[in-house]
Formats: sequence, structure tokens, C-alpha cells
Amino acid sequence: MREDIAAHVRDTVDAVYRSESRRVLATLIRLLGDFDLAEEALHDAFATAVEQWAEKGIPANPRTWLVSTGRFKAIDRLRKSARFESVDSSIVERLEATETPEQDEEAVEDDRLRLIFTCCHPALSPDAQIALTLREVCGLTTEEVAHAFLTPPPTLAQRIVRAKAKIRDARIPYEIPSRPDLPARLDSVLHVIYLVFNEGYLASSGTSLTRADLSGEAIRLGRLLVELLPEPEAMGLLALMLLHEARRSSRTTPSGEMILLEEQDRSLWDRQKIEEGVDLVERALASRRFGPYTLQASIAAVHAEASSSSATDWPQIVGLYDVLLRADLSPVIELNRAAAIAMRDGPEEGLALIDAILVRGDLTDYHLAHAARGDLCRRIGRVEEAISSYERALELATQEPERRFITRRLEQLRLASPR
Amino acid sequence: MKYLCLIYDNESEWQKFTKEVQDKYMGEYTAFGDSIKKSGQYVGANQLQPSHTATVVRARNGKVSTTDGPFVETKEQLGGYYLIEAKDLNDAIQVASRIPSARFGAIEVRPIVERKQA
Repeated sequence: MREDIAAHVRDTVDAVYRSESRRVLATLIRLLGDFDLAEEALHDAFATAVEQWAEKGIPANPRTWLVSTGRFKAIDRLRKSARFESVDSSIVERLEATETPEQDEEAVEDDRLRLIFTCCHPALSPDAQIALTLREVCGLTTEEVAHAFLTPPPTLAQRIVRAKAKIRDARIPYEIPSRPDLPARLDSVLHVIYLVFNEGYLASSGTSLTRADLSGEAIRLGRLLVELLPEPEAMGLLALMLLHEARRSSRTTPSGEMILLEEQDRSLWDRQKIEEGVDLVERALASRRFGPYTLQASIAAVHAEASSSSATDWPQIVGLYDVLLRADLSPVIELNRAAAIAMRDGPEEGLALIDAILVRGDLTDYHLAHAARGDLCRRIGRVEEAISSYERALELATQEPERRFITRRLEQLRLASPR
Repeated sequence: MKYLCLIYDNESEWQKFTKEVQDKYMGEYTAFGDSIKKSGQYVGANQLQPSHTATVVRARNGKVSTTDGPFVETKEQLGGYYLIEAKDLNDAIQVASRIPSARFGAIEVRPIVERKQA
């Protein structure tokens, strides 16, 4: 019987850990003013829960119980260390003096936002922002983050230690940015989420399983952000991720070979994700305060709603790229626009635009520019040119599935070539 | 908490400015200085002589060596600093962003180590 109770309590504590630990941590960081102290307090609070909940029963509000237990444990730790080391005792006094305030839902959500904005503070290096966000906000272990980013765990641990030291020593505040700062600070958060998603989405084979999890983490983060701060661009990014994720299973063959958008089996696309993504795009567009993420998501939505490549509304896609280019004059967007023009007006028109980008000296080292050029040359029967473009693309490509794809294309072209 | 805002400017660009532009720039500096004195964030400030006046000194095994400076050759040179009082890094970034050189050069914001009074 006692064992039954103990097992039940352990299960409950595990479940509470999964659903509440990030919220409890976010609040403890605010109360204690220190990441490491808050993490220790979180650990202590859950360890105490395992002992006490078996005897005294599970508290009515486990989260409040965990926060106040964690806080007491932290004060305890500080008091002990203050006795032996010359730690500032005023911190302990200040902590003891402040009562644990009642935690309403809004306060808890604000703490979660504070944590996100602090982890994604632009004064931290981009690598550190990603590592810290995945660890503190998502609750991944250092080993998990290191594995997903193919980084040795000690390097990643060091990165996190340095980031926390900077937060403490440069006094990066634990706060939600003020209105005037919000757009720039939100960009920084969105960028971190986008990088995490891409790391999971663009990588394939080998360690692909854990890396797909990264995309899942990014989508979870995106959802959390939209829930806490429903800004149009946050919705746009979530939509973009969902619309790409919806196509995941159709992007590769079971053996890991790449399949281009126009050849994908669209019946494999995840309709539920597409519906959710399209709905978010529409909400973001309706705000009239949208930006590049919403525009990219709109393009993905047009693809998602088409039954085939030829049935795609290419004029609308070109129009969306035009708007996107006005917001962000990037050669990669220009390249994508050229590919859309090729679909709308024919390969020759697209080819002329790609050649103009390459002649200008932009994207000459970007494998996809040469692959796109090779593809358009192939379509209009300029086999020799197609071969030399694909050869250049192969020299520049680093990801195995892409290299295999280009190699296959080259083999087909060489068979057709009179050479 | 105190932060040191190190001002990095391109000296050769500065010398190419007309007297009129330089005066306008210095006027902006005066206005900025007044604004942080008024807000109570000013602790100290100085403009430095150009980097070609710099000397690097090292003492090794009791022997002093002196070489022509600056310590690091960079495209933009340290030209001055403000020592400010700010609530936290966000507050310091806000102040640093208003230093006139932030628009042309760059400001490095460094927190000052605080030691408890004995």
C-alpha cells in the first residue's frame, strides 16, 4: 500500500514537473534574481515534493507550493553560504522581507515572457541565445542541446555558463521590454525560434531524428509566444513553421532522398497543420502590422493550398515576393522570386533574372543559385549549361541529401548530353 | 550600477568633415552631456587625443618597455568615454544609443565592477 502511494506520488511529481517546471523556474528567477540559484531552488523544490507529498498529500496548488518551497530552500542555501563565505547577507535579508506574492495566471505568464526575452537578449551571442532558450525555456538538458547542434557538450555548457555570467555581471534585467523597444526585441526572439526551427528542418539523415525534435521545440516555442504575446509577426512565424512542417513527410523518400516541392505527394501533407497555419496567416495579415515572417508564411500558404505545382497561383506568389523584397532587399529572396517568375512566365524569364543576380556578383557561392540555374537550363534544353551549373552547385553543396540530388541530376543530364 | 560607454569613431573620417559639420557634431555632444547630467546619469566623461598620440607601456622583470601605440589597431578608434549611472543594461543601452557617435561609429558598453565598501 505504502509503495502504491509512493509510486502514485512519483508519477504525480513527474507529471507536474513536465507541465509546471518551466513556469516555476521563470517565477523563481524573478524572485531570486539569479539563474543558477533559481535552478538549484527548482531542483530542491521537486526533491522536497517527492518526500513531503507522500506524507502530507498533494497540495491543492502544486505550482504555488513549488515556488514558495523553492524560495525557502534558496534562502536556506544563501544563509548557509553566507555564514561560511563572505556572501552579501543583504540579499538574504531582502529575500526574507519580501513575501511570496499571490501568483495569478497573468503574473505567471509575465514571468514566462521575461524568461524568453532575457534568454534572447541581443547582448548575448546568437549561439548563447539559442542554447539558453532551449535549456531554460524548453527544459532541454545541456546534453540534448549539444547533441542537436552537433556541438561537444563541454563547449555548450561553457556557452551557457558565460551567458549566465553576462546576464548577472552586465545586469541584463529580467523584464518584458517596454513598448518602444518591443519590436526590435521581439525580432530577436523570433530569430532565435526561426534558427532553431531551421536547424531541425534543413538538416537530414544520420541524426535526423533528434533534429526533427528541434523543429517540434521551435513550434512549441512559437505557440507559447503567440499565446503570451499575440503580435502579428509571432503569428506569422508560427504559421511559417507549421506550413513547412506540414510538408515534412513528403520532402524525402524513406531512404532519405530529397524530393522537390513540385514532385512531392501532396496527399501526404498534414492538412491540420496547414489549416492552422493558414488561419494564423489570415489573422496576421488582417492586423496590417505584419512583416517578413507573415509574408513568407503567405507564400507557403499559397503552395499549401494548391493541388499541384501547375495549379499553383504563381502570379500571387510573385506578388508576395515583390512585397517581401520591398521590406528586405535580399538576393536570396530575389532568387526565389526568379524561380516563381520562371513558373509564371516561363524558364527563360526566370533564367535572365538569375543570371543578372550572378553577374552582379551576389550569390556566386550559394549552391542553390547554381542549382536553380541548372534546373532552368535543363528545362529549355541547354544541356551543357545545365551540366556546368549543376557541377558548380555540387562543388558548393555540403549537405549529403542535396549532394546526392545534384549528382542524380548530373547523371541524367550527362546521359542526354551528346558529349 | 555604473557602466563605461567607450566611444569608437573613425578618426580619418572625422578629419574629413568640414569645420561646420564638426561644430554641429560637438554641439550634439554638448546637448547629450547636458541631458544625462539633468537625468542624474552622468558620472564622468572625457574626449581623448587622437590614437596617434597613444603610447603603450609594459613592465617586465622590473624593466619598463615603451612602444608607439595604440594597443590595438582597429578601423575605428577609441576617442572618448562616458561613465554613466544606469539601472541595468537595458537602461545603459538606451543612454549609449543617444551618444552622437552611435550613429556613425560604435559604443562599447562595459559594466564597472562594484566592490563593497569596507
